Amino acid sequence: MIDAKPERKTRKFKESNYYDLKKDGQYFLLPFRFHRITTEKEIIVNEVGDFLILPTGTYERIVKRQVDKETDSELYGDLIANYFISEEVISPLIDVLATRYRTKKLFLNHFTGLHIFVISLRCEHTCHYCQVSRVTQNRDKYDMSIDYIDKGIEIMFKSPNPHVTMEFQGGEALLAFDNIKYAVEKAERIAKEIGKGLTKVICTNLAIVTEEILEYCKEHEILISTSLDGPKLVHDNNRHKPHASSYELTIRGIELARKILGHDRVSALMTTTKLSLDYPIEIVDEYFNLGFQGIFLRNISPYGFALRTEKSKYDTEKFLTFYKKALDRILEYNFQGYNFTEDLARIFLIKMLSPFNVGFVDLQSPAGLINGVIVFNYDGGVYATDESRMLAEQKDFTFKLGTLNDSYNELFFGKKAQEIAEVWANESLAGCSECAFQQYCGADPVHNHATQGDMYGYRPNSDFCQKNMEIIRYLIELIESDQRVKNIFQGWARTVNH
Amino acid sequence: MILRTKGKPINIEGHLVGRVSRDIENLNDQTFLITDNGVKGLPNTKFLGLLTTQQEYELKNGENVVFKIPTLEHLEDGDIVSVGNDGNINTLYRINSNHNTLLATERCNSNCLMCSQPPRDRNDIPILYEIHKQLIPLIPKDCIELGVSGGEPTLMGELFFSLMEQLKVELPNTEIHVLTNGRSFAWNHMAEKLGQINNRRLMLGIPVYSDYYQVHDYIVQAENAFYQTILGLHNLSRYDQRLEVRIVLHKQSIPRITKLARYIYKNLPFVEHVAFMGLEYIGYTPKNIDKLWIDPYDYQEELSEAVEYLASQGMHVSIYNTPLCVLPERVWKYARKSISDWKNEYLPECKNCTKLNDCGGFFTWNLIKHSEYISPFR
Repeated sequence: MIDAKPERKTRKFKESNYYDLKKDGQYFLLPFRFHRITTEKEIIVNEVGDFLILPTGTYERIVKRQVDKETDSELYGDLIANYFISEEVISPLIDVLATRYRTKKLFLNHFTGLHIFVISLRCEHTCHYCQVSRVTQNRDKYDMSIDYIDKGIEIMFKSPNPHVTMEFQGGEALLAFDNIKYAVEKAERIAKEIGKGLTKVICTNLAIVTEEILEYCKEHEILISTSLDGPKLVHDNNRHKPHASSYELTIRGIELARKILGHDRVSALMTTTKLSLDYPIEIVDEYFNLGFQGIFLRNISPYGFALRTEKSKYDTEKFLTFYKKALDRILEYNFQGYNFTEDLARIFLIKMLSPFNVGFVDLQSPAGLINGVIVFNYDGGVYATDESRMLAEQKDFTFKLGTLNDSYNELFFGKKAQEIAEVWANESLAGCSECAFQQYCGADPVHNHATQGDMYGYRPNSDFCQKNMEIIRYLIELIESDQRVKNIFQGWARTVNH
Repeated sequence: MILRTKGKPINIEGHLVGRVSRDIENLNDQTFLITDNGVKGLPNTKFLGLLTTQQEYELKNGENVVFKIPTLEHLEDGDIVSVGNDGNINTLYRINSNHNTLLATERCNSNCLMCSQPPRDRNDIPILYEIHKQLIPLIPKDCIELGVSGGEPTLMGELFFSLMEQLKVELPNTEIHVLTNGRSFAWNHMAEKLGQINNRRLMLGIPVYSDYYQVHDYIVQAENAFYQTILGLHNLSRYDQRLEVRIVLHKQSIPRITKLARYIYKNLPFVEHVAFMGLEYIGYTPKNIDKLWIDPYDYQEELSEAVEYLASQGMHVSIYNTPLCVLPERVWKYARKSISDWKNEYLPECKNCTKLNDCGGFFTWNLIKHSEYISPFR
């Protein structure tokens, strides 16, 4: 069985070139892509996201088989070791590469995890970038009915995912707290019965939160996700609440929720509005001073309301300037020894610097819609993403998969799902298929549809593409220019997968 | 440290394996009585044999005897020895040591430039297997850790799995640490078979010296070794085996050491421990010293970067066999004090060092070849 011969002919030591497996110097190309990041440097990225930064022109030399094993020995070694070239048609480590590829696509393993229940469309805020919500007392029309809650829960537990998340959104979800309680208790019962994991989240502006509500959340281990756009000036302008300061109420709510639930059970999300663009430092400082571990710098969704009201609209260019200023501020905190992350960068960095991945709806391929997330609207409509149901509020039902009266198969594998599936993998989209950052990015059919009029999208003037390309490029530039930043980013990229 | 001695044998057939005892009241059929004095009468109980330093011996009752042994001072009561028909007495297990190792074979399919125990091309596998088979049941059940090394243990073939199985059955509470080059596990069935033994206390220590095959293959002096080892690690991981990657630091491995660290995290994130080890001046090393020597002082930055990178990704990392005075203080927390009974020797200038108690010091044989920059902390 063991082929290794015990009796070697000789144990005389041989020189290094004896161990060259390809003595004629020819090599084969493995799949990889390239991109110029500055005038002097270009990046090459392989199928599993490993990259090398090289002097401009190297890509061409690699492809033209001009990299010489002797004179370019270090580069040659780098290319072999990082799966860019191979000395055999099929790399001897093809199985390892396959395992790594599977690891990168692990987010697909369990299918839909996040189930969003739009428990009520009613809200007591009148934020200018939101046109979904309604200030009304009409519960019958704008709250999800018990019947739909039951059906939503039933569909949620049909997911093959061993661990599902039930997230309550609004409107202001807490306006329908009784229904939340009903849904939580029913889902808990079923989860226990069938042995599935269940995470519960309430998205709320916290304006009407009470100790009683939070005590309930504690008892049922419900996480709180709130909205905080920055300091008072920014937040109150963005998030208008008649006769009150939304900011004061949110801060009070965060403090109370942390006190009762524990510091790490409360998270906050920000949205960058036109006004926010002038306050990158202040917004970061606000999150830092409130003791959050990081901030997610999110640009405004181009859906419906925001897209069509001039008040909220801004150029991607301006967002990028804002983003870079804010990121610099965040890095300053890190230089001082604080561990404070920017979560969009973190998503990219995990993909770039670790062998793992993280599922994020529009930064994965195939995209997270349906595969990772599904939305049950208050009126029984089932949508592919949160943004899809917002389009529906403007009578655009492109991403409506059906209703809660339909079967699981009709919703998840029906005509509409098939149609979306055609365009949800960036590997097969023109402009993405040859992009060096393909492995770091994703596909967003909803965004394409909303901004460009079709799900397939057109990359040359896509703001999604412009934003992600530039942020990734900027992260690489930072990594290359400063060893301290490189170390900080490496820390951000650390995952808990292993 | 003496591990073997020799005397004149009487009546010994093949190999006898047993514990040694100086207490005549405490013998059984698996125990040798050892003595420096003359034996007046034989013990009443059955015993395995008599080992004595006496110059002359008169046989009493057909007993197994080795006499005229130069010394027995190195043996403690409870140590386990093998006694051959040639009069050789090899210590197999030392009761007061935490570093006992079974030498599986001296054969090897690699020929590393810096091998500390150069291989021998003779088929010692059946005989060593038989000895270990007898030895293992005698090892105290509370033995904390037991090493298995070579040579290349997997060259035992089927017997390797028998050995692993026996270790699991006889010593279920002992950490078993096998040093292998991992190449045999490039055959999936080998890894699968080890997986079936399913010993959670088994850990395989496997060397990876570079991220680039040709450098690794040159260091281990074996064609295709790198690809076999990497595939082996992956196959072993598939069957959920516990793995350690071992890296010896020298002139051939240092230039790509930070790249190797990245390679390990990217391609082998499942390994439980990564060990960086200073060069040992023994075995093949003195012969190849020109190809291998780089002063540890001159690679501290690269080593630290590699170590800190892996640690920052949550991997468990250790540095062995490198004195603290040639390591930057920021990586001292990864420096481990000892890995064997041959270690913890110090140079004269170390005598006044204030960090002496925290420092791993040197292997005995490294006292002659060490960094030019050893200097005591004051």
